[in-house]
Amino acid sequence: MTHSNTGSRTLSVASLARVEGEGSMHVVVRDGSVQDVELRIFEPPRFFEAFLRGRSYTEVPDITARICGICPVAYQMSACQAIEDACGVTIDAQVRALRRLLYCGEWIESHALHIYLLHAPDFLGYESSIELARDHRDIVERGLQLKKVGNDILNVLGGRAIHPVNVRVGGFYKAPAVADLAPVAERLRWARDAAIDTARWVATFEFPDLMLDGDLVALHHDREYAINDGRIASTSGLDITVSKFPEHFGEEHVAHSTALHGRARAGAFTVGPLARYNLNFDQLPTIVKQVAADVGLGRTCRNPFKSIIVRALEVVFACDEALRIIDAYEPPARPSSDMPPRGGTGHGCTEAPRGLLYHRYTIDAEGIISDAVIVPPTAQNQPSIEHGLHKFVQDRLHMDDLELTRQCEQAIRNYDPCISCATHFLDLSVDRG
Amino acid sequence: MQPKLAVWKFSSCDGCQLTLLDCEDELLEVAGQVEIAYFLEASRAVVAGPYDLSIVEGSITTADDVERIREVRRMSRHVVSIGACATAGGIQALRNFADVREFTSVVYAHPEYIHTLDRSTPPSAHIDIDFELHGCPIDKGQLLEVITAFLHGRRPQIASHSVCVECKRRGTVCVMVSKGIPCLGPVTHAGCGAICPAFNRGCYGCFGPADTTNIPAFVGALSAAGMSDFDLVRVFRTFNAEAPAFREASMAAEAAEDRR
Ligand code: SF4
Ligand code: SF4
Repeated sequence: MTHSNTGSRTLSVASLARVEGEGSMHVVVRDGSVQDVELRIFEPPRFFEAFLRGRSYTEVPDITARICGICPVAYQMSACQAIEDACGVTIDAQVRALRRLLYCGEWIESHALHIYLLHAPDFLGYESSIELARDHRDIVERGLQLKKVGNDILNVLGGRAIHPVNVRVGGFYKAPAVADLAPVAERLRWARDAAIDTARWVATFEFPDLMLDGDLVALHHDREYAINDGRIASTSGLDITVSKFPEHFGEEHVAHSTALHGRARAGAFTVGPLARYNLNFDQLPTIVKQVAADVGLGRTCRNPFKSIIVRALEVVFACDEALRIIDAYEPPARPSSDMPPRGGTGHGCTEAPRGLLYHRYTIDAEGIISDAVIVPPTAQNQPSIEHGLHKFVQDRLHMDDLELTRQCEQAIRNYDPCISCATHFLDLSVDRG
Repeated sequence: MQPKLAVWKFSSCDGCQLTLLDCEDELLEVAGQVEIAYFLEASRAVVAGPYDLSIVEGSITTADDVERIREVRRMSRHVVSIGACATAGGIQALRNFADVREFTSVVYAHPEYIHTLDRSTPPSAHIDIDFELHGCPIDKGQLLEVITAFLHGRRPQIASHSVCVECKRRGTVCVMVSKGIPCLGPVTHAGCGAICPAFNRGCYGCFGPADTTNIPAFVGALSAAGMSDFDLVRVFRTFNAEAPAFREASMAAEAAEDRR
């Protein structure tokens, strides 16, 4: 819907498709220059942090999983880590490895979903992957099968793909036998090759010019590409323990959304695959570095449109890492550590497919939760998405509303926003005066 | 002409609609049999109603939702609710047991920006529903059966017995009998294939109550297996807290707890 008058127009689109959740974007243009960009998030509040109060510490992984059906493992993992921190429990090394394996499953599933079903259609000018499949059935099939291998890991280790049941604070209810994992390893070998083909495929897309300025923030671990363990690092040199998160990153409640916006003390920042790649390139295995080189991606990359390549590289990594874990796997003596409750506060941070996910819980001596804080990646990215769109829209004001909307949606999808996490997402309106 | 399929989202985690995209082996085939007329998570293309089959995920939590779900009904020949959110209000229905203003002030610095209803309700509280599929999340095999059934004009064949039957079928030894683990299997709706007991864990009821259950008679067994009244309140008051049989059970346990 448009009304144009001299040098000014208003544009609004009912809702943004192919993101998880729903929302809108509002752009104000005056005298040919963009004044304000606002992402409006519609998802009505579900009040997790409120109703967690009074619940038992053992319930947190199951409950917080339901914040997001696309990345439930991320919620379970950050929750477990925070509760274990509060209780002063360290988990067994094999259990830690199994958690990483489970997380690899979610990365593969979520990234394959995003690359093939949500984002690639933008680059190739299709409305959906189903349309894309009409012309390129084998490519979409490859994406679906890749996604399925991620779900295979979640099924074998977690019991099911969405809201796995096998995760508990302290570890798992049941550790898999070596033989349970063998068939998954078989499929992962295919998946690793398919992921490499994916990276080569997406690298042929056309990438609009855009530079992500500001700080990039991710977990960092010296010995591995960080997923579920590490310190919080940034491209401007931040290096803090997870428990210092609240001192550096605040949340702000703005009128236009039910998601709380992330604010670093120093301004807008970005989390997610690009941040991880820029901060942790050295920790990637050789095979991934090789593919990156083949497709012409350097060790740093700040074009958000190229995050689709980075996601593909992270799928190569996750397949390779899952294979490494399965190869080295010996069932732990016990599937979980004892977790007697202990009064205190604990922090947890892990890398959801979309970026850093922070949880904090305060529990009493009986294990009852008195306070819960959850900061999802999309909430942290929201100011940065808005900031990035500002320039993006400015350079494209000559476009008609349809094309501008399409391009904005594509740009927003660079961040793989999860509106149900941050809470719901796009209905573009440009107020051109 | 192909039947038109629409997928609608209300308050939810997106997990149930993702189940459709998780049908990796069947998705393109299903897409070949229907016209995906409205499914925002999957496509930008939006085709106007009426729709032959509308699948609804999520619960009703805003005044706008109430309008929207009525509109969905008006535009659709069949409406199917999927998941605990859309059949029982979901976990966000925990607000129904509390003060929503208090909840808002816990989460948001500016509660005045937030517009939400006091209660989270399933679509069936507002419109007629043709079929309800349970689970948090739903099972993908069951989802495919429901879609296929409606496309062929027949009733979906979805068993209404308890998770116990599925354990027997799967060959899982009863965790309650053999290990003394409290398990909601006997009173929980089948559909998942009895996942939890196969992982040494008691069922926590994510598929909601089975069609015919006698929870009061079963609660004694749960207490004997070591669950306190406090545990009982919470296990019934989670993902399907507003399903009538579970609501009664949690209220009864709460009353018992208060008496102590
Ligand atoms: S029923 Fe459960 S899985 Fe389905 S949308 Fe609701 S919270 Fe998500
Ligand atoms: S066993 Fe119970 S809790 Fe576990 S997945 Fe099945 S219905 Fe849900």
